[in-house]
Amino acid sequence: MKHVITLAAASLALTIGTAAAQEKLKIGMMVTLSGPSAVLGQHQRDAFNLAVKQKDGKLGGLVADVVIVDDELKPDVAVQKVQGLIERDKVDIVTGVTFSNVMMAIAKPVFESKTFLVSSNAGPSPLAGKACSPFFYSASYQNDQNHEAMGKYAQDKGFKKVVVMVPNYQAGKDSAAGFKRHFKGEIADEIYTQLGQLDFSAELAKIVAAKPDAIFTFMPGGMGVNLVKQFTQAGLSGKIPFLSAFTIDETTLPATQDAALGLFAGAQWAPGSDNPASKAFVAAFEKEYGYVPSLYAQQAYDSALLIDAAVKAAGGKVKDKEAMQKAFRTASFESVRGSFKMNTNGFPIQDFYVVKAVKRADGKYATEPVEKVFTAYGDVYAKECAIN
Amino acid sequence: MSKTRRDFLVLGLMLAILAVLPLVGLPGWVITYTARIMAFAICAVALDLVLGYGGMVSLGHAAFLGIGSYAAGILIAEGIEDFFIGLAAGAAAAGLYALATGAIAVRTKGVAFIMITLAFGQMAFFVANALSEYGGSDGLTLWSRATLNGTRALKSDTTLYFVILAALVASLGVVRLVTASPFGAVLRAARNNPERVTALGYDVERVRLWAYVLSAVLCGVAGVLIANLTSFVSPALMAWQRSGEFIVMVILGGAGTVWGALAGAFVVLALEEGLSLATQHWKIAFGALLVAVVLFTRGGIAGLFDRSAR
Amino acid sequence: MSFTLLAVQTLNGLQFGLMLFLVAAGLTLVFGVMDFINLAHGVQYMLGAYLTAVLAPHAGGFFGALALALPLTLALGLVLERIVFRPLYGRGHLDQVLATFGVILIVNEGVKLAFGAAPISVPVPDLLSGSVMLTDGLLFPVYRLAIIGAGLGTGLLLWLVIDGTKFGMLVRAGATNAPMVSALGVDVRRLFTAVTAFGAMLAGFAGAMVTPILSVEPGMGDGVLILAFVVIVVGGVGSIRGAFLAALLIGLVDTLGRSFATDILKLMVSAPTANRVGPALASMAIYVLMAGVLAVRPGGLFPSRSAG
Repeated sequence: MKHVITLAAASLALTIGTAAAQEKLKIGMMVTLSGPSAVLGQHQRDAFNLAVKQKDGKLGGLVADVVIVDDELKPDVAVQKVQGLIERDKVDIVTGVTFSNVMMAIAKPVFESKTFLVSSNAGPSPLAGKACSPFFYSASYQNDQNHEAMGKYAQDKGFKKVVVMVPNYQAGKDSAAGFKRHFKGEIADEIYTQLGQLDFSAELAKIVAAKPDAIFTFMPGGMGVNLVKQFTQAGLSGKIPFLSAFTIDETTLPATQDAALGLFAGAQWAPGSDNPASKAFVAAFEKEYGYVPSLYAQQAYDSALLIDAAVKAAGGKVKDKEAMQKAFRTASFESVRGSFKMNTNGFPIQDFYVVKAVKRADGKYATEPVEKVFTAYGDVYAKECAIN
Repeated sequence: MSKTRRDFLVLGLMLAILAVLPLVGLPGWVITYTARIMAFAICAVALDLVLGYGGMVSLGHAAFLGIGSYAAGILIAEGIEDFFIGLAAGAAAAGLYALATGAIAVRTKGVAFIMITLAFGQMAFFVANALSEYGGSDGLTLWSRATLNGTRALKSDTTLYFVILAALVASLGVVRLVTASPFGAVLRAARNNPERVTALGYDVERVRLWAYVLSAVLCGVAGVLIANLTSFVSPALMAWQRSGEFIVMVILGGAGTVWGALAGAFVVLALEEGLSLATQHWKIAFGALLVAVVLFTRGGIAGLFDRSAR
Repeated sequence: MSFTLLAVQTLNGLQFGLMLFLVAAGLTLVFGVMDFINLAHGVQYMLGAYLTAVLAPHAGGFFGALALALPLTLALGLVLERIVFRPLYGRGHLDQVLATFGVILIVNEGVKLAFGAAPISVPVPDLLSGSVMLTDGLLFPVYRLAIIGAGLGTGLLLWLVIDGTKFGMLVRAGATNAPMVSALGVDVRRLFTAVTAFGAMLAGFAGAMVTPILSVEPGMGDGVLILAFVVIVVGGVGSIRGAFLAALLIGLVDTLGRSFATDILKLMVSAPTANRVGPALASMAIYVLMAGVLAVRPGGLFPSRSAG
């Protein structure tokens, strides 16, 4: 924590002190650090800082000056702060962004100022399709994809009857739609819960009554923690397969612990992923911060690597927007997730896995891949994007 | 100098500073940030009309702000881009919702009024969340700002700044006129002694209702301006925490005073930005400040000013 | 849609309502007796939860932590009363709202600073883990039954104290007419302190009780605070009986609304429309209920004082 404060203070001092920053790469990182979802922002922030630190404070050969701001999960606050980043701090790249509503709010001012936006999490469908922009690049996923992976998995497993339960907000509805895209069986019930709801006893009773082959859910943050604990307490773990997205990960496992063991999630990566880059990242992250990185951390780490590769490919000319656009599209780097290729709409083409929560030999909880569901999978909105 | 005269001098000075701010070569983000504070200040000033002068603590005013912004946003999304149509729609929508819900709310008082306005605010909030066509909880991006007489004049932040400043001055003027009128006298008297006002033959509920509706209309206007300024509308604008923030602005600045609500809006929002730049744990400092202001002052910032000037 | 499902949901609603009652009881007493709006009541609930979660590994599990958390929340209530609340008793509601809102900000952020932003949890105590088979394969967790028991027990205890002791008599008298109690020579200040600290402990108890089923995180008290306010205005400010019945009513309406609103709508409109409108209606249900009650009875269901 102290480390962060000094970093923020240092970046503030730099912001005020230096007007002539030609050899610098100025990056504004906007993440959610307030409220119940603060832990997601914390993972992103820590991982991005780690990547910069590992590269001796440089990205693409330029000294990286990272300003971290908290969007407070309020879209209008985010717009205000991103304008500050662009106009006051004169950042070349805005990165981070935990939630889709914040992303949709800041997209317009960022694009209009011809600043690059590198998402380390949120991937709302308008930005992948009709409202795509040559200034937008994602090092995460398109919002539908992890849910689609679970739907495909449910289909492949031959489940006939599934209950879908998601929070009643846009990302929840997108999640249900994503799941249904590849799952052709019967949806026994679609349950929409209140956002931020913490007590799922009513829904669980309903799920049991429906006698499904599996349930699919999307409950980020504290909602997921509670759902998992209550699901297991109700004696359902092991009886009804629990398929999820953004529910079982390293941001919730410290709280759910044993209750989540054996439950499934869809993801493009897990700390248990078996490739050298991933292993090195997980080890370095745990050594630095003392906790297990989640996919949010991995995406932010990859964002730093993507920026590093793109700036390098553009020869450090970050003000040359066209060179940078070309560099972002073609830049290659060793992604922690394994395969990574930039699609025409600025979203990755990548593999998706079913992952499972396990207790590691060192007693910590983490997810690990069970099987690959999609190979080199792009999102369905890319064809609506008119960049090319 | 009389207290009233001095108060107007302070208010005039504040507005004069706001009027010259864009002309002194400040960076663009300061201008848009100040414009945002002014838009929120309109709603704070409007809340003060019911809270400060009418004694009705509304915990649902963010809903009016949100309804105004949704009216403007939906019109733009549907291709009706004229600024004044949006303004009229936002004001009317907020006013109608206030009329319908206020008719029930003004029958209650004290904490029941706080809670019933919260309830109506929450209802609007959940409806906005269910509006999938317009982004639901993700909100709605306005890819263009409204047009002013067919021109794209509002594309300039400075122009929009002056439009918002004009709306702020107009709101202050309206609230001033109303509170100085016989209607305002009844409203204030009803705050202190409703039985007596009723005995004098006035319909207290009706007076309260119209004050409530007027206040909502002004917040609706503020919502239209916010929607254009941020090019984005979302349910987050009408969360109950936002309503609480407005109450904090009014009380911190000094409820029922000439410039308290305006000052409160500026202090709260500027501190939020300033403190959050200094530390990620700025809320501790802000919370401590709120406690200190209550424990060591009376009547908020405006009250503090009174005592030191005396 | 079976009768057993309805039965389970009713139990769930009961459990949720009783938890709300634990928080609302302290709030309504403090409000009723002292005419003091304490927004910081929600953070007292959060502190109870945090103390339990943080102490559990060191105090031999949940019960040890609970035993420590109760006196600690009581002490924290006393400290808060002494520093912040006491100077505000004679002041208007607005000052109280502003100051206690400030306390919320400080404590929420302080908790984040001390224990991190990530949710933490407490395992269900072994004694109360597992589920009981109600009927027909419908399971109900033992721990939730324990919460129901704790809520009913606390309600009974409060009723005995308030109805049968001198302290309770003073509290009742204070809720009806505080100046009169003072005029009769009772040390109102000591009564106020006792009520506040006791209320804080009740909220802390509620917070502690939910740790095994809800995640412990910064800001967890804010939503509960609003619900508790809904309970006390529906029940009638200052009335324990009102708070008890309103808490049950709201727990049931919220739970049953969430489970059945969409299904009932599906009988009337198409499924996609029902899926869209149902959850929004369910979220609103308690607010509609509150607005309805206040519109007909502005003093709540059981107003404890004639005016005000």
